[in-house]
Amino acid sequence: MRQRLLVLLIALLVWPAIVVAQSAPKTFKVDVVGGIVEPLPFAAPTFLADNQAAVQVAADITQVLKDDLVNTGLFRAIPEDAFISTISSFNAQPAYADWKAINAQALLVGSASINGDNQLVLKFRLWDVFAQAPLGDGLQFAGSVNSWRRMAHKVADAVYTRLTGEDGYFDSRVVFVSESGPKDQRIKRLAVMDQDGANARFLTDGGSIVLAPRFSPNSREVLFTSYQSGTPQVNLMNVDSGSVRSLGGLEGMSFAPRFSPDGGRVVLSQSQGGNTDIYVLELSSGTRTRLTNNPGIDTAPSFSPDGSQIVFESDRGGSQQIYVMPAGGGEAKRISFGKGRYGTPVWSPRGDMVAFTKLSGGRFHIGVMRLDGSQERLLTASFLDEGPTWAPNGRVLMFFRESRGANGAPQLFTVDVSGRNLRRVPTPENASDPAWSGLLQ
Amino acid sequence: MKLTKLIVVLSGALALSACQNGFGGFGKGGDTMTDGSAAGANALGADGVIEESSIAFFNTAVGDRVLFAVDQTTLTPEAIAILDGQADWLNANPQYTTVIEGHADEQGTREYNLGLGAKRASAVQNYLVSRGVAGNRMETVTYGKERPLEICSDELCWAKNRRAVTVVAGGIGS
Repeated sequence: MRQRLLVLLIALLVWPAIVVAQSAPKTFKVDVVGGIVEPLPFAAPTFLADNQAAVQVAADITQVLKDDLVNTGLFRAIPEDAFISTISSFNAQPAYADWKAINAQALLVGSASINGDNQLVLKFRLWDVFAQAPLGDGLQFAGSVNSWRRMAHKVADAVYTRLTGEDGYFDSRVVFVSESGPKDQRIKRLAVMDQDGANARFLTDGGSIVLAPRFSPNSREVLFTSYQSGTPQVNLMNVDSGSVRSLGGLEGMSFAPRFSPDGGRVVLSQSQGGNTDIYVLELSSGTRTRLTNNPGIDTAPSFSPDGSQIVFESDRGGSQQIYVMPAGGGEAKRISFGKGRYGTPVWSPRGDMVAFTKLSGGRFHIGVMRLDGSQERLLTASFLDEGPTWAPNGRVLMFFRESRGANGAPQLFTVDVSGRNLRRVPTPENASDPAWSGLLQ
Repeated sequence: MKLTKLIVVLSGALALSACQNGFGGFGKGGDTMTDGSAAGANALGADGVIEESSIAFFNTAVGDRVLFAVDQTTLTPEAIAILDGQADWLNANPQYTTVIEGHADEQGTREYNLGLGAKRASAVQNYLVSRGVAGNRMETVTYGKERPLEICSDELCWAKNRRAVTVVAGGIGS
């Protein structure tokens, strides 16, 4: 799981045939924020295999990166059987007219080879068909063939960035709670998977209830709440080694942990004598500082990306609402004023918005609003939608949706910040409490 | 299993609790863990009547749980009547310790419900302390919405899930 397994070399490919000073201005615009009604058509012919060993992986990589792009809802892959031209050489200039004829706005050409050390070398170029010019430089990735999925995601991230102007989010992971068994005896196990549901594996064995895992900024550690000791306590797991240590230590119960953006502190809820308040724990020293002191339930804290503030929920005013306070504690300012109850606030990695769960009219919603409480938008509605987590680029939210009734069970979904493109995320079992990593290093 | 039958006759409530099992590595007993064999060890007197000092008696005759209104942590008059009985029993049977579990229904977010469950368990503990039960005989734990007793998704079930359960554990020193 350690990112060092992937030796990733990114090299600019020297363009052999023509001199390209700068990419031509794009002939199209993909608007991520507003969402687009008509996805941008692109062609991604199966990557060329430079040698026989790479045939399968070239096809697999093409499929993975096409799925990444199509699943955003922003792009449409033109089916291969509609192609007029075939790509026979990575270095050949594309027959623009043939790609124009099938309305491919962008053309992605790539090749893969596997050398004797099981080293995979992946190259790609992106073309603006209508401008008849490359979109950015060609890129080359090299790494262990075992990490081919990550390399495919990296290509997809680069393509996404070039087409939208936004950072990508495909080379990332999700940690979540995998659920099995009947509703009143649910078995919950921590699990981690790639953002697209691949490579899922369990991190705990289901012997204790586990809740709400959260990645560290470098994605190597996971905070979670465990009942192993008999009461809910915050634990810290090293994802590579599987080693776990308790961050409990005080009397009472602890839950709802999250890392600070620098990874050095953990903000969490501590319940003592029935009262739940927010504390911050400095990991290096173990120093614990109380940030709220209020008879209400103060929980679900989340740092701003610059680490200076904390957004959290509290029912101090009579109902569950969202507040913002300085990271060192102090006066908290309520920011949610709509009709209903608001919980599980999460600060966007871009800093501009907070995502939340809203309970209103007997339904649950995932929503976003600005930090001053303005521009509230509800993106989803169902019997139970809960626990949003931001994609690394702050453009997509993942959450869980639990169905109603005796056989009710949760599943993971993503939705664009625009409210479009609601999609189920495949998981091996039912799943809840997703937390998205940052882009992997 | 003669014992189980007898208890069921005495109170239908146990039919609900007997099928619940300790779960999640919670060593002191999970939600409403009425372990038939443990309770039975001293439950039946020679004449087949449940002894008043048995855990089975506490769970069924005294009542091991109190219910809460939506989003509330205050004790209702019905709850207080049950807790008065619990206090009397605990004061009469000082060899037992308890874990008070606080639970919430599924109509709330996970973290908030943990806070709510903690508050409910604490409300019960505080009341029992006020009735003379030593605080060090009671621990509290919140399960939030993690361990519903009833699994349907309407008020009939939710009302039973918004609960605090006083789980009597093995006696002190046992």
